[in-house]
Amino acid sequence: MSIAVDPVKPREITTQPRLSDRVFRGIVTTGGFSSLLILGLISLFLGYRGFEVFRNEGLSFITSSEWSIVFDESGNIVESNFGLAAMLVGTILCALVAVIIAVPISVFSALFLNFYAPAWLKKILVAVIDLMAAFPSILFGVWGFLVLMPSVEYWAKLLNKYLGFIPLFEIKPYFATRSPFVAGVVLAIMIIPIITSVSREVFAQAPLDRIQAAYALGATRWAMIKAVVIPHGRSGVIGGAMLGLGRAMGETVAVFTVLNIVFQVNWHILLGAGGNVASLIILKFGEASPYEIKALMAAGLVLFVLTLGVNALADFIVKRTGKSGR
Amino acid sequence: MPWAATPKDRLRDLLILVGTIVFTYVFVGLSPMNGKLAYFSIFFLTYAILTGTYQGVTRGSAAAKDAVVSSIVVVGAVATLIPITSILATVIAKGYKGLSINLFTTDMSLATATDPLSNGGLLHAITGTLTLVAIALIISVPLGILTALYMTEIKGRFMKPIKFLVQAMSGVPSIVAGLFILSAVLYPITKSSSGLMGALALSILMIPTIARTSEEVLLLIPSELREAGVALGGTQWRTVAMIVVPAARSGLITAIILGVARIAGETAPLLLLTGGGDKVNPNPFDGPMGSLPYYIWKSFYAGSEESITRAWAGLLVLIVIILVLFISARSLSSRKVK
Repeated sequence: MSIAVDPVKPREITTQPRLSDRVFRGIVTTGGFSSLLILGLISLFLGYRGFEVFRNEGLSFITSSEWSIVFDESGNIVESNFGLAAMLVGTILCALVAVIIAVPISVFSALFLNFYAPAWLKKILVAVIDLMAAFPSILFGVWGFLVLMPSVEYWAKLLNKYLGFIPLFEIKPYFATRSPFVAGVVLAIMIIPIITSVSREVFAQAPLDRIQAAYALGATRWAMIKAVVIPHGRSGVIGGAMLGLGRAMGETVAVFTVLNIVFQVNWHILLGAGGNVASLIILKFGEASPYEIKALMAAGLVLFVLTLGVNALADFIVKRTGKSGR
Repeated sequence: MPWAATPKDRLRDLLILVGTIVFTYVFVGLSPMNGKLAYFSIFFLTYAILTGTYQGVTRGSAAAKDAVVSSIVVVGAVATLIPITSILATVIAKGYKGLSINLFTTDMSLATATDPLSNGGLLHAITGTLTLVAIALIISVPLGILTALYMTEIKGRFMKPIKFLVQAMSGVPSIVAGLFILSAVLYPITKSSSGLMGALALSILMIPTIARTSEEVLLLIPSELREAGVALGGTQWRTVAMIVVPAARSGLITAIILGVARIAGETAPLLLLTGGGDKVNPNPFDGPMGSLPYYIWKSFYAGSEESITRAWAGLLVLIVIILVLFISARSLSSRKVK
């Protein structure tokens, strides 16, 4: 008796993923690259629209601070000057004021949360600070203008009265309303939650064995913080501050409501004449001619590159602390 | 416990506190300073000096420094809380005057800035914001979650750069997102402002929030679950779709809610893109569309007393929405941990 055995063809063994997996991986990878695509498109389109302005203005787009456009009767452009110097200086000035005010407050509150507050209080405070980070900028703008600005102007007068001999705090001619200082205070309030949460996370990573070793050697709480936590978290705090700086530079609405925009470079933080790239865009957008819109696009590109650079640096610094110190 | 505070210690702490309060009142009352902030700063300054000297005299300079730093640290925490308390108190105190039934049933198409508050409302703003958020969700939820899946499930060669890019994208100023949609979509293609344009800009701002939060959530899913799925013969697609994503569901919803909270109050791109109509507009593809932030902005800049009350009422509505979103996100994510 013979049974005709069909030689069974062995199943082919392969490490190739199945079709469904290949489709899945393809879709997920494509989705993953969306951020690259969007960032690329942003710089491409803003650069493309702003190219004409960049070419016509050249380097003076960054160095001059005049912003004017003149038409003849038939609507042709006679003369146009677009320069961002005052706006860039103003943006950096406001953001720096904000960071200088916000960093000490954030670091102290992060220390309080991590090493002083009882657990129940810490839980509540962390939730409240996270909530504050989610507040929209228009809220800070309206509140800043109607509630905060009068008292900040009072502080500014005090600063000017007692420290007016320092050029930074000079007001001449006297006009202290809507100054970069006011904008800086509003921005500081907006970035305190960000810097606090970054610092809190960095401080929480401080090695427990060293903390306990410090206590075991008889250190007070402050001595422990000074010896262990601050050396460990220093660069993380710097990174968090840079992150806040980037956020403060890109902020639009809150600054626009409290800042008086003047096309003149001004380093006196108490004088009511500031500049801000993002606010310039909102200010000029409504009545802008097509060519001026191109200039605004170019300004947007400058702002985009600036914030991207600051954020990248911040990211790099925060990441580096995660590795070192352990 | 030998280190617990004795009644004598407590009496001493109480005495220092009372002394500080009395001194603060007297000092601020006699000096030309005024305002809550003066009381606040003098109080903490006095407290720091008093406890510092007491500890310095009884226990030496290290203890004195420790005591001073303890009060400085509390100052930091209180200074963080002052603005949020002031913001919430002002918005509630000024916003509730503008609340009425017609606020939620009518729009501003027949009302002007100086009309009494019984005229007009923010129905158009609420429907507009809901439409904008809905469209932004349709675009950014898939992209955000796919980005997170790429970083946690595929872990491809480009994981590090993508992670960096997502981080960089979360720092894109909102006005730049608005300008980008203006230059890439509105001018060349549609040529008129509409709700869709605003929603596109909002999704750019929303994607990184969703991607980063989802990534954190997906990383918390134990890899044993993934290994079990694959060991049972599931393909990666089935494992992710049937095991990983369902396990992370509440966390992913939290990520989406946080994304919505991020964009609900975003103003700058809407000023450039939506046109901000005063009428309820159900069509996001055509015609100006109102939104809560735009309504607040417009009322605030109209400048009349009635319109500023309208702005505060709008802010109150916006803040309540954000608060509800935030609390639901919190309760969802805390349930997951258990």
